[in-house]
Amino acid sequence: MSNLAILPIIIPLIAAIVLIFFNKSVHISRALAKLFSIISLGTAGYITWYVLEHGSVILETGDWIAPYGIVLVMDGLAAILVLTTNVITTACAFYAPHAGLEKRERFYFYPFFFFLITGVSGAFITGDLFNLFVFFEVLLMASYGLIVLGGGKVQLRESLKYLLINLFSSMLFVTTVAFLYAVVGTVNMAQIAERVQEVEQQGIITTIGILLFFVFATKAALFPLYYWLPKSYIVPNPVISALFGALLTKVGIYSILRVFSLIFVHRTDLTHEMFIWIAGLSMIFGVIGALSTSNIKLIIAYNIIPAIGFILLGIGVLNESGISGSIYYLVNDMIIKTALFLLVGIISYVAGTSDLRKMGGLIHYYPSLGWLLFLSAAVLAGLPPFSGFIGKLLLLKGAFEQGEIAIVIIGLLTSLLILYSIVKIFINGFWGDKETMGNIEKKPIKGLLTPVAALLALAVLLGVGAELFYPSIESIAAYLLDPEIYIDSVLKE
Amino acid sequence: MYKTNDLILRTTASLIAFILLGFAVYLLLAGHNSPGGGFVGGLMTSGAILLMNMAYGLEVVRKVLPINFVNLIPIGLAVAIGTSVGSFLFQQPFLSQTYGYFKFPILGEIELATAMLFDLGVYLTVVGVMMTIILSIANDTE
Repeated sequence: MSNLAILPIIIPLIAAIVLIFFNKSVHISRALAKLFSIISLGTAGYITWYVLEHGSVILETGDWIAPYGIVLVMDGLAAILVLTTNVITTACAFYAPHAGLEKRERFYFYPFFFFLITGVSGAFITGDLFNLFVFFEVLLMASYGLIVLGGGKVQLRESLKYLLINLFSSMLFVTTVAFLYAVVGTVNMAQIAERVQEVEQQGIITTIGILLFFVFATKAALFPLYYWLPKSYIVPNPVISALFGALLTKVGIYSILRVFSLIFVHRTDLTHEMFIWIAGLSMIFGVIGALSTSNIKLIIAYNIIPAIGFILLGIGVLNESGISGSIYYLVNDMIIKTALFLLVGIISYVAGTSDLRKMGGLIHYYPSLGWLLFLSAAVLAGLPPFSGFIGKLLLLKGAFEQGEIAIVIIGLLTSLLILYSIVKIFINGFWGDKETMGNIEKKPIKGLLTPVAALLALAVLLGVGAELFYPSIESIAAYLLDPEIYIDSVLKE
Repeated sequence: MYKTNDLILRTTASLIAFILLGFAVYLLLAGHNSPGGGFVGGLMTSGAILLMNMAYGLEVVRKVLPINFVNLIPIGLAVAIGTSVGSFLFQQPFLSQTYGYFKFPILGEIELATAMLFDLGVYLTVVGVMMTIILSIANDTE
């Protein structure tokens, strides 16, 4: 039964290998990609149900006892994130055939796609710091392939920046793991946590913790390490942007959540206080970026940064409502960012431009597209009764409990500006006379809209049916706040 | 450009490539008890193929080794994953390895481990990756 934990890694991996053989035939590739993504989604759903019902699944690979081998820990948090990842994968696998990728699909688009999912799932599940690094590299390698696929001039320039910054942070990751290994003598997260607890996190360990935060903050694009993100995320095809925006930064913030709720939790006055300020600055600078541009893709890409700030805020306050708010917001944001990236992909496809100043009156041609965008803006900004509202409410409640009033005000103002930045797309792009853009030809977008509509339906369900999901999120938050449970379940003492 | 007569290069290359391939197989098999393994074995094999490529040119190598090196990568990965997933059949955790002693007619009793199959997967993947990189950089026509 413990082999359940490996399935979300192994299924996309097998899918990627099988799809390499079928790269010449686009039709078979598409059918197989859809099939594998549905199988993977079903498995992830079953695993999530199993974990929430019976407690976490620990897999000791190769039958080696816990601190000596690599452990995979499928706990509640990993399970719901894997499930969300698979929901996004399925939506993207159904969107990709209509996204105008024919030539790229022949050049191993789907294998890269599934290798990316392998890396993301692996990073969520692993219980070993060096193994986390390896899975980071798996997903980064796949993302290098995806970002440059097609070989446009802009893509080449942006992929170079993306590659350099990620190589640098990966190198720093290895160095930090080496420091930590030299001090505590292990890379198993549970055992690191146990040993850090024994020495009560003396100075050097806090330093290593902050270095590790620096690494993950670069991957997650937090202030002041976000400058590489916006431009490089908008150059590939919308499907690829959606995968990046939904998954890559979220793996970084997940790693911060895991490491700073499990290992470095004894000097919260130093580390977690810093997080709250970085969270506030990320919100401010991210939303300024989103307001500064009239490129619709860039608006969405900048909106990633305040969302990461919100999630970090919950980790910073480190109480039950803060952490459960973070988890709720993380899941909500993964889904809604995918939907938004896919939506602006459709808009720039039908309008023939990404520049907001050249658009107008699209609602006369594409009413369903316009209302879906409006709905997603409401979900993203956190209007009740949608899912963004519940996450933010919990986060701000957590910040209030810690007495951080300033950050609450920043958070509320940021939400307002986020709403404005998305509604700006709606007002300038969709309102106006029918003839603003001349008589445009109506393009068929049904195949593109269906996956987005499904994602948005799920996002609405997450908000309206919060009563259903909240108890499990709350139990996961309680579990994260008590590192002893994780350590005992892995080391079996 | 006049055509060079590289008789010495070609004669020694055939000999050396043969020795290199033999050594690569030795490295692949010796990995369990002495330095070596799939990775270095794969590198050595691609070194030998590269030497033949330099001495005889691409067309000859293609004729001698009619292998699509790109397809070696997924085959190698499939072998490696197959051995790891094989443990599911025996109700063991993922990546579990096992070994046994077998009697062979001439060689006598030999220890065989499933780790060897995983190494074979690594070997095939490394050869595939190295040859794909080298061949796609080496010729512009494809």
